[in-house]
Amino acid sequence: MGIEGVGARVARKEDRRFITGAGRYVDDMVVPGMKHAAFVRSPYAHAQIKKIDVKKAKGMPGVIGVLTGKELKADGIGNLICGWMIHSKDGSPMKMGAWSPLAFDRVRYVGDAVVVVVAETKGQARDAAEAVDITYKELKAVVDAPKALERSAPQIHPEADGNLIFDWELGDSTATNAAIKAAAHVTRMKIVNNRLVPNAMEPRAALGYYDKAEDHYTCWTTSQNPHLARLVMSAFYNVAPENKLRVIAPDVGGGFGSKIYIYPEEIICLWASKKTGVPVKWVADRTESFLTDAHGRDHVSTVEMAFDKDNRITGLKVDTIANLGAYMSLFSSCVPTYLYATLLSGQYDIPAIHANVRAVYTNTAPVDAYRGAGRPEATYLLERTMETAARELGVSPAELRRKNFITSFPHQTPVIMNYDAGDYAASLDAAMAAADYGGFAKRKADAVKRGKLRGIGLSNYIEACGLAPSAAVGSLGAGIGLWESAEVRVNAVGTIEVLTGSHSHGQGHETTFAQLVSQRFGVPIDSVSIVHGDTDKVQMGMGSYGSRSGAVGMSAVAKALDKVEAKAKKIAAHLLEADEGDIVIENGALKVTGTDKSVPWFQMALAAYTAHNLPGGMEPGLKETSFYDPSNFTFPAGCYVCEVEIDPETGVTEIVQFVAADDFGNIINPMIVEGQVHGGVAQGIGQALLEGTRYDASGQLLTASYMDYTMPRADDLPSFKVSTSNTPCPSNPLGIKGCGEAGAIGSPPAVINAITDAIGITDIAMPASPSTVWAAIRATKH
Amino acid sequence: MYSVNYHRAASVADAAKLLKSGDAKLLSGGMTRIPAMKTRLAAPSDLVDLSRIKELQGVKVSGKTVTIGAGTTHHDVASDEKLKKACPALAHTASRIGDPAVRYKGTIGGSIANNDPAADYPAALLALDATIVTNKREIAAGKFFTGLFETALKDGEIITAVTFTAPAKAAYEKFRNPASRYAIVGVFVAKGKDGVRVAVTGAGDDGVFRSKEIEAALTKSFTAAALDGMKISAKNLMSDIHASADYRANLIAVMAKRAVAAANA
Repeated sequence: MGIEGVGARVARKEDRRFITGAGRYVDDMVVPGMKHAAFVRSPYAHAQIKKIDVKKAKGMPGVIGVLTGKELKADGIGNLICGWMIHSKDGSPMKMGAWSPLAFDRVRYVGDAVVVVVAETKGQARDAAEAVDITYKELKAVVDAPKALERSAPQIHPEADGNLIFDWELGDSTATNAAIKAAAHVTRMKIVNNRLVPNAMEPRAALGYYDKAEDHYTCWTTSQNPHLARLVMSAFYNVAPENKLRVIAPDVGGGFGSKIYIYPEEIICLWASKKTGVPVKWVADRTESFLTDAHGRDHVSTVEMAFDKDNRITGLKVDTIANLGAYMSLFSSCVPTYLYATLLSGQYDIPAIHANVRAVYTNTAPVDAYRGAGRPEATYLLERTMETAARELGVSPAELRRKNFITSFPHQTPVIMNYDAGDYAASLDAAMAAADYGGFAKRKADAVKRGKLRGIGLSNYIEACGLAPSAAVGSLGAGIGLWESAEVRVNAVGTIEVLTGSHSHGQGHETTFAQLVSQRFGVPIDSVSIVHGDTDKVQMGMGSYGSRSGAVGMSAVAKALDKVEAKAKKIAAHLLEADEGDIVIENGALKVTGTDKSVPWFQMALAAYTAHNLPGGMEPGLKETSFYDPSNFTFPAGCYVCEVEIDPETGVTEIVQFVAADDFGNIINPMIVEGQVHGGVAQGIGQALLEGTRYDASGQLLTASYMDYTMPRADDLPSFKVSTSNTPCPSNPLGIKGCGEAGAIGSPPAVINAITDAIGITDIAMPASPSTVWAAIRATKH
Repeated sequence: MYSVNYHRAASVADAAKLLKSGDAKLLSGGMTRIPAMKTRLAAPSDLVDLSRIKELQGVKVSGKTVTIGAGTTHHDVASDEKLKKACPALAHTASRIGDPAVRYKGTIGGSIANNDPAADYPAALLALDATIVTNKREIAAGKFFTGLFETALKDGEIITAVTFTAPAKAAYEKFRNPASRYAIVGVFVAKGKDGVRVAVTGAGDDGVFRSKEIEAALTKSFTAAALDGMKISAKNLMSDIHASADYRANLIAVMAKRAVAAANA
């Protein structure tokens, strides 16, 4: 692998600028004449707008413009859309309500944008925003998804009767019902997956700049996928045609999914820039982030898992209500459907599965993909049910899982997915050994002596990354293709630029993508630069989410490198008067195998550009492009073990050990992979123990700051024991599966399984905060 | 933040004079005032900064008598060697307020003047039977903390110091809110020459209060065992998204027990 090649633990190139404060984020961008925007947002969860009076605000110091939704509509700016069509089981298309970037007749959640103010300073914009006088008629609100389906619930969008967006199913209902009827044992549970706020470190921001001379727009924005932002803003929101719109996503401080979507603010900054004649910048404050970033999860499900007399699973029936919030965000519809129900087979050979999913409008922030997106919900449901079933059946949770593992590949599940490779027993064995699973009984006995409750929990997750191929996702309703592009430019002096449609917002692409090039050509990673995040520089690409940058983005790079390598060898063969087939690339030189004849990499590159002595008919230059469309999803999987100790007096749960044994396929940089697992597990523990998004009945967000929303801190977490045992992915050239979300997918059920084991109960709500745990312990005594 | 006139007071008398301008408010460490202004929840016309007044700073210990200037930061209280000997419980309490940044800026006077129902100092001063000294009078802690964010301070009155007699034994235990890490329940126990005093912060729906039932039990026997099986009533306790009144009642007993054990250690 070499010290910088594939498999090396190379320190991240980008970290020098990040940790010295030299990163450049949207808020760091300054253009001449730039002014500042502030939004007037709805204080009500549901209300009619009776009147908007901007007169006073327009007269405030420094105010340049005060703009409303009616003006936006008059200028032809379109409504926001959901880009994945789901059809209900009766064949009808999903019922999408209108989402105007600025509300003008009705507001549907606290934080809904109504008016934008542009002023000389941020403070003046805020002062004027407070002076905007809006008369509302408050309407009844509903925040809870099951309640939104009740007859008495307020109607949120005229397009969606009874607030039902779609009623969708997957799998074989008849076969599943028959399996349950014939079962020797059925485990039944109600499973709630709590709503989470993404909390990227950098709040969302946008800077819109309209160049009147060129009739051209530039948008700097906190995006995980700038090309997608341009496509959607151009094709659906009518901001500007693609050739007149440049989108730049510079350094971005975390996204976790929340920066995939196109929000009202970036559209409005562009539109307002043309309208007012000045560049317009907006940066969310933390409370705006809490209120308006797309939230994650929020499922309420019932599950029935059927077993035969040998404890083999014979059927799984799931009914889920998914809360999509007040509007359908860009990919909201695919999260509780094709990213969720398709994973309900888990690591298990289940002959019959049926899932029914109802997606519902409520008066809450829109809900969309958040680290894991559907797969955490599927894993939580399945692994909580497995653990409960083992307890009901009186068998070891590990052995019940092992008995039901899929062991031969490829494996076609009853819910679309075709698993290509895996070794689930290997991960289970590795995790149990690392956790000293066999020694648990003794540790529990020791804990009892200290007055503590001790519990252990398992979670065997599988997930799907790199959604693909494009034709398949298209047939399932996706409005886009899910390929990736790469361009590799070898410069005349041999340095290399890789232009990728993937977008790094913390993942370390500048390092890992360079390692791939270093491996191939033997050049140092410092001579390789990664260019991304700018639609004017990089060819069309689809961005980073769904752990796709390695499996899809780097595969595109690999294919472009193939083409570069082929041409480089042709040039070298010509220069060395050798046969092309005899050229090998080693340590930065092209050599004739078995001889001492070679040409350095840079000299070959220079030859390509001087073009003084190229093979006959060859075009000068050395630059190749590839668009890579995978042939299948990838399927990372693994086993997590969580062990907890609970103080029964206070209800405090301490995670005394956490083991992650993953199968990510081939690994480019183990240090970065471990970092991804650490971060993902921290987020999963956050969901299980700490993070609870709470709206009151009127739709006010009670957890709108860090005073009330608990983020995981270092002292909440143990030292993680992480390891991998990898089976290469057969469907992409690099054998990569992806690792960005696994930690957040696999960990919550392990934590809750450990807590319920410690207390001796069936279920506990997430987050299992000290007060919740204390109440659960007290309930066992009554 | 709205615009505001800033004044730096040179002395307490100067501060009292400046406080008469407009809708002026005092600024000490600014650990509550500044966030409230930044989020536009507070909009004073003028701020009178007390943080440069020398006479408000420092800890003095004379025999058993402890006097702490109102402008002394939590860090300086926590690290004062004389106080660590005379009343280690109070130094320890200060060492666990907020985080390091808060402890370097926040002051004892600012904390008790704000009287946040989840703050630590009110419990300490109430249990220590401290006296709050102002530029106009002296107020017993028992009369000073009058409700949620309410004190006996009158307009124009400025806290200059707190003073108390060091107890024989004392300790503070708190259970932190997982999000804010303020006290959900904090219990300060003190055994002095006039008996046992126990004050509870974070839990009461009217702010800090003394627990007469725990005091009675500990007066009989100042041991953790004396509190075994003690049931605290949830009446008049706060209930919010982080903790029910029942949970807080339980934590009062648990924290009191742990505090007594620590005081005896």
